[in-house]
Amino acid sequence: MFDCRYSRTALVYVLPLALLIGSLFVGRYQTPVSAVVDESMKAFSSLFFGTPASVSTQHTVLFNVRLPRILAALLVGAALSTAGASFQGIFRNPLVSPYILGVGAGAGFGACLAILLWDNYLLIQLMAFAFGLLAMFLAISMGKASKGTGTLVFVLSGIIVSSIFTALTSLVKYVADPYDELPAIVFWLMGSLATVRYGDLLYIVLPMFVGALVLFLLRWRINILSLGDEEAKALGMNVEKMRLIIIVCATLLTSAAVSISGVIGWVGLVVPHISRMIVGPNYSRLLPMSMVIGASFMLLVDDLSRTIVATEIPLGILTSLVGAPLFAYLIRRGRMGWN
Amino acid sequence: MLEVNSLAFSYGNGPVFENVSFSLKKGEVMCILGPNGAGKSTLIKCIAGILKPAAGSVRILGRDTAFLGAKGIARHIGYVPQQNEVVFPFTVLDFVVMGRAPHLSMFASPRAEDMELARESLAVVGLSELAERPVASLSGGQGQMVLIARALVQKPSLLLLDEPTSHLDFGNQVLVLETVQRLASLGMSIVMNTHMPDHAFLVGSRAAALAGGRLVALGAVETVVTGKMMSSVYGVKVAVREIEDMKRKVCLPLRGK
Repeated sequence: MFDCRYSRTALVYVLPLALLIGSLFVGRYQTPVSAVVDESMKAFSSLFFGTPASVSTQHTVLFNVRLPRILAALLVGAALSTAGASFQGIFRNPLVSPYILGVGAGAGFGACLAILLWDNYLLIQLMAFAFGLLAMFLAISMGKASKGTGTLVFVLSGIIVSSIFTALTSLVKYVADPYDELPAIVFWLMGSLATVRYGDLLYIVLPMFVGALVLFLLRWRINILSLGDEEAKALGMNVEKMRLIIIVCATLLTSAAVSISGVIGWVGLVVPHISRMIVGPNYSRLLPMSMVIGASFMLLVDDLSRTIVATEIPLGILTSLVGAPLFAYLIRRGRMGWN
Repeated sequence: MLEVNSLAFSYGNGPVFENVSFSLKKGEVMCILGPNGAGKSTLIKCIAGILKPAAGSVRILGRDTAFLGAKGIARHIGYVPQQNEVVFPFTVLDFVVMGRAPHLSMFASPRAEDMELARESLAVVGLSELAERPVASLSGGQGQMVLIARALVQKPSLLLLDEPTSHLDFGNQVLVLETVQRLASLGMSIVMNTHMPDHAFLVGSRAAALAGGRLVALGAVETVVTGKMMSSVYGVKVAVREIEDMKRKVCLPLRGK
């Protein structure tokens, strides 16, 4: 049964790879095709055959500056979109973002605190990751302790946790040194991938892989959770357990992403909608599509952020500037893929 | 096949119902009647394992559902809610195949044979041609049929329907009732809440009346749906008459005193 609709969809899956290669050429430092091919061959042979690594400027630009950043953009985009799509399913609300449970605010506070106390790059990332998870655990335990049931209490708990961490972040900003720490905090909160190195990728890969793999395997079950608690239960699902697993995995993805990129809005909200327009609402197809579109979208926006003007534009600003009008356009078209 | 023993349920402030007992054989249709708020839906949800009863037991094919787990119950009991609100516009086929969930392992997605079962059960309710339509675009009657199809895909031995006709026009009510009757004739046991006593005459082999938190009547439809019983259950004057040329009883409200 050959369906041309599916073969076109399959093409989208090649998009991130094509963009990855294309993005190597993008930047202030000129890299002609011949140089990229040449340096790629050298890097390849040094990686697999142990020949001495290239020490040219081109090598440094391509493989120590651009490539880790490109990989980070792909990972962060895929992670935020997968988390966003999953949260939208289990909260039965297409307007939910990955930061619904206060993960963004928590991670932001963790990073700001680390900037204030130590100003160590690795510690900033670890604190962001840890406080993102902490925010989720607070929101969940608050939701579980409350008398209400279902998803609404989780949403409310998320709002509470968010506002506490936002207030604490403001406190940190208030006491921070205005010439040194405050700009660092503000810049971190706006989101950027400019300083990403391979080492950073190394430690987010594991939580991202675990979170994404479990969500990928459970993706069909998200359909059933989106029917509501009673129907999911009637279809034999342990609703509380399944919802918890999905929340934890989506939070792992979000925290890992935020820890290296800062709080980047809109991607996790808009990408699932674009994906829904392409493959429909069934999570069996929607989740992998969200990963691919999210990775591609983030990489494109990051390419923009490092090329349109001489100084970088923080990613969080650009995703909003690109994402919000796109969302408005989709609403106008009335093709949101939900009712 | 189904045995309900002294079932009780409470939301925490006094019992909704208590001491509810009845049993059902293969291929029987039981209609549960009663006024709004009597706990008919709650009773159905307790049998389906969605709500946890405060006391009593439900046994299906001899096994206590308290020990079957949600997945085990869903393999034996199909639950059809009053109406569903899908947030995302799944296609009818994607929606119906979700009924395979209790038969699939946690990480599995439906395979070709599950899709085939979904198509078969759509055919049973006569909606094969709507397979690729979004669920939300269906009419009320079609939506109800799709919910029934999803429950059938679970391959249950017992079907629970919670007021399946409550949002439907006259014609669709009849269509749903005919489907219920057809399923029963194929050997399905069915428990159905209904707000129309007449429906018990149309499809029921047995009936029960739930009022004031207990079963006030239980038995063959003719013995439960009587003028006197229905008048006391609903608090309005009701008459039951035999239509001679149709060889069927009807239940009608009487006007005035």
